[in-house]
Amino acid sequence: MTLADGNGLPGLDRVGIWFNDPANWWGSNGLIAHTREHLLYTVVVTAAAALVAIPVGLVIGHTGRGTAVVAGLANTLRAVPTLGFLIFLIVVLSPHIPVRRGWGTIVPAGSVPYLVPALIVVLILAIPPILTSTYAGVQSLDAATRDAAAGTGMTSLQVIRKVELPCALPLIISGLRSATLQVIATLTVAAYAPLVGGLGRFIIDGQQNLGDLRYGYPAMVAGGIAVAVLALAVDGTLHVVLRRTVSPGLTSVSATRRPSPVPGKRPRLDSSATH
Amino acid sequence: MNQVTSYVESNWQQIQQWGLTTVWLAAVPVVVGLALAVPCGWIAYRYKWLEGPLVSGLSVIYTVPSVVLFLVLPDVFGTKILDPFNVMAALTIYSFVLLVRTVSGALGSVPHSVLSAAGAMGYTGRQLVLRVHLPLAVPVIAAGVRVAAVSNVSLVSVASVIGTAQLGQLFIAGNNTSSLAPIIVGLFAFMAIALVYDLVIITLTRLLTPWHRAVAP
Repeated sequence: MTLADGNGLPGLDRVGIWFNDPANWWGSNGLIAHTREHLLYTVVVTAAAALVAIPVGLVIGHTGRGTAVVAGLANTLRAVPTLGFLIFLIVVLSPHIPVRRGWGTIVPAGSVPYLVPALIVVLILAIPPILTSTYAGVQSLDAATRDAAAGTGMTSLQVIRKVELPCALPLIISGLRSATLQVIATLTVAAYAPLVGGLGRFIIDGQQNLGDLRYGYPAMVAGGIAVAVLALAVDGTLHVVLRRTVSPGLTSVSATRRPSPVPGKRPRLDSSATH
Repeated sequence: MNQVTSYVESNWQQIQQWGLTTVWLAAVPVVVGLALAVPCGWIAYRYKWLEGPLVSGLSVIYTVPSVVLFLVLPDVFGTKILDPFNVMAALTIYSFVLLVRTVSGALGSVPHSVLSAAGAMGYTGRQLVLRVHLPLAVPVIAAGVRVAAVSNVSLVSVASVIGTAQLGQLFIAGNNTSSLAPIIVGLFAFMAIALVYDLVIITLTRLLTPWHRAVAP
């Protein structure tokens, strides 16, 4: 066994060898299975978070009520130690979840009592970024635009749906992006809960025997690299989605920062332009 | 509640030691990260063509999960895997990445008219930067520092997954014995440290921006 001098760990070169072994890719404990679980959890949790956060954010942005409460809550949540929150829920909730059966390979038998607390933690941490960016997006809208929409006879609901939502979309999607990245990263910690899948399994299980060349340190680093690659891939995909879904009237201004054709008037919605 | 107090009493020495490590682990990275981020943020602001690659290139690092950095750094530095130095280095990288963007944005948020006025008053070069531009950017920079500091505290707890000796070990202990007392102590300790850092930064910001107090009593 080659150990890196000093720290008693297999060297990083073992990680390349680990990736080259097909046995580490296939099977229920392989890279592919764990990546699939990781992606599935990410999609489910982010979608659930968006379902909660976007409507609430739209209402808060529209009415302007509750902004202080939400901002304070988001800040408090940032300070909550993820691992502590997870273990707290495992100790409190898991013994009271009587579900023993499983569904296929994604939810193995007996995993539900641990899957629920793990996903709750990730879900709760994913809501604030979407919520804050949604109401910030609505509030960044020019009051005149909103008045004009109301003036044409739109009801509140129509204003939200047809004007505020599309205009806030760039910010909502950027909130979704950061929430997704956070979910992908937090899921590695969520694997601390037993029987919860995902790439975090490699990282958590690897500590049992760091020197092991197949399940130890090389697998931990490989799992970590896989998480980073997954995060970059998902982020890139969402970036493309942003370009496709947002009205060209909004992106052309904010993406290229070209000066407004009307002299003396600066392009709107370009929150990053500062002078 | 009784269990919590008796747990604290019987493990006080250990908690104190872990607490001290946690305080250091969360604080040093923000200070070092800020010290590095101010010059780099300035460069990103000053040379606009560098801003894109610098800021977006660095934010790639931010997508790397903390656990991974905690794991890879021992091999880079040749340190032991449990060495708190790894955690400190990893968190410094995160804080730096977050703050470069903040500093560059904060410098950009200072109105040009103010800088022109300062120039007209005779401020030049370094004077203008240190006495006018940077001080006026302090509130925005401070907002970023608050985010970095508070999320650092939370990230430190993740390091106990690897086994670093700090307050996160309380959670591990609670998990192993299925007892709530150490978990509750840990949650309160982490939140308290985050709160104290937040208050310290707010106070420092107020001291650094006396003109804000003059305007808003």
